[in-house]
Amino acid sequence: MNYFVDERGYYGDFGGAYIPEMLYPNVEELRQKYQSVIDDEQFQKEFKALLKDYVGRPSPLYLAKRLSEKYGANIFLKREDLNHTGAHKINNTIGQILLAEKLGKKRIIAETGAGQHGVATATVCALRGLECVVYMGEVDIKRQAPNVARMKMLGAKVVPATSGSKTLKDATNEAMRDWIANPVDTHYIIGSVVGPHPYPDMVAQFQSIISLETKKQLKEQTGSDLADYVLACVGGGSNAMGMFYHFIDDESVKLIAVEAAGKGVDSGFSAATTTLGKEGVLHGSRSILMQTEDGQVVEPHSVSAGLDYPGIGPQHAHLFKTGRGLYASITDDEALQAGLLLTQYEGIIPAIESAHALAYLEKMEFKGGENVVVCLSGRGDKDMETYMKYFNL
Amino acid sequence: MNRLQQLFEKEQKGLLSIYYTAGYPNLNDTLKIAETLEQSGADFLEIGFPYSDPVADGPIIQASSKQSLDSGMTLPLLFDQLKDLRQKVTIPILLMGYVNVVLQYGVEEFCKKCQEVGVDGCIIPDLPMYEYEEMYQTTFEKYGISNIFLVTPQTSEERICKIDGLSNAFIYLVSSAATTGGNLSVSESSTAYFKRIADMKLKNPFVIGFGISNKETFDAANEYANGTIIGSAFVKNINKENLEGSIRAFMGQFR
Repeated sequence: MNYFVDERGYYGDFGGAYIPEMLYPNVEELRQKYQSVIDDEQFQKEFKALLKDYVGRPSPLYLAKRLSEKYGANIFLKREDLNHTGAHKINNTIGQILLAEKLGKKRIIAETGAGQHGVATATVCALRGLECVVYMGEVDIKRQAPNVARMKMLGAKVVPATSGSKTLKDATNEAMRDWIANPVDTHYIIGSVVGPHPYPDMVAQFQSIISLETKKQLKEQTGSDLADYVLACVGGGSNAMGMFYHFIDDESVKLIAVEAAGKGVDSGFSAATTTLGKEGVLHGSRSILMQTEDGQVVEPHSVSAGLDYPGIGPQHAHLFKTGRGLYASITDDEALQAGLLLTQYEGIIPAIESAHALAYLEKMEFKGGENVVVCLSGRGDKDMETYMKYFNL
Repeated sequence: MNRLQQLFEKEQKGLLSIYYTAGYPNLNDTLKIAETLEQSGADFLEIGFPYSDPVADGPIIQASSKQSLDSGMTLPLLFDQLKDLRQKVTIPILLMGYVNVVLQYGVEEFCKKCQEVGVDGCIIPDLPMYEYEEMYQTTFEKYGISNIFLVTPQTSEERICKIDGLSNAFIYLVSSAATTGGNLSVSESSTAYFKRIADMKLKNPFVIGFGISNKETFDAANEYANGTIIGSAFVKNINKENLEGSIRAFMGQFR
């Protein structure tokens, strides 16, 4: 079974590039060049140097002792929360900004939901001195004021998306419209493993550093580079794809992707895409998305803005459909409790996104001694207001 | 030969097509608008079926789509509204919308229904050429539905030739790098682009759309193309309180 992209830009039934002709030249330019740029020795040298000296990689693989005792398995945390800007998002923006430079682009656009990808994009634009425009839903701008301020301080222009539901999917639409209007000098840094081919593959490759390091670290710490289970949360799915990437062909490793059930899968306020969605096309690729019978995209809900997306990347849809990955879901309440638990057991406040993956540990049964890796995709600083309200802190 | 192909065989210059969103400004005006447009001189029509995430559209068509969806428009309802289409309207009709809505309805069912109600073609901007050719071309052709492709100033000549080969009615020339609803400024670069396409001597006629909003842009586009398409400017001018009057007044500028 091939779990990776084929020459047509598909993962089994999913993927492709469902874009209007206006975007074709931009996407086609990327499709033709991305792999040769990424494989270029000079590019790799610069990419690795920035990941090491600027982002702070490799991120530690930390054996969480008290959590391990509680669950009766060896729980390893891949500490993406320790990266510069506080999440895994920067792995991708570093890669894409270097790529944009190689393509001769002068202007960068991005979409953002909670603001993490927007901040990671504004950061690398400041680093390289490129113009940066970030589209963000009007509703999210109000909800995420500190990240808006960070982006502005970094020199980015934050443009409110006022169409549709005024959240992440609408910000993505606005970024695509900007790209239509600026086809020559602009590169669009998509923040997840979504969008038209080659984005899902390109972003996955930039995030795959997570599993590459994990394997090496597992080997050092356990003697084997394989784990029994690898867990990550999934919105669009970029940290999960980075966490799974180098384990995908090791079929003994069970891959568990955790979606946001919101207030409950059947509550009408959920973002559990694989449970509630159907096959369709959104933002340029064929995948699984939450939609009405008539094909209109449904607005999702999750307490965690980073998981509040009505689709998943096409490679995830393929892993789900082939059964290679297990796709589960965790409610808002379960995630917040898991966030508190990690804080009190290990002294690490996780992003609520990552807390969804941690919460799934409660649902697993261990014989004892299994090696389990959880991707701690981001830190919880940005979520303090939500934690404060929920726990009356 | 469908009505669209017959029209282009008969008329080679100055064709005028109007786009409007089904279900806007009122849910059940779809057929009434088509009739009024035919009476006031439109040569063919594009009826938009709304989608929640119309990335190729600017603010005016986004807003009309949203209002239409909020009023309850769906593709099955649109086909129902169009069931007496051919008793009232004789000019060619295209449906325009995004691929996900068609996929959920079923591509074969969609084409079959188009043929049944008398729709001649469709424009699905996010259905790529590759997917059309591989998966859907035979179905479209089986039901006599012309699929219309878009060409932009950035489309390579090689790709335009490929599109010409796959088209059987006309090619939709997007006037400039923009979403719908902009204002085409008739500049040297846009006329050079129109002329470049005209000089390619394609087998299909071509029609210019996006940003055509007044007599000046209409005339400029017609100088090179077989016709023009007006969308946002028309949608913006429809007056809910005076539907027919506002349509006739708008069309009076051109006809």
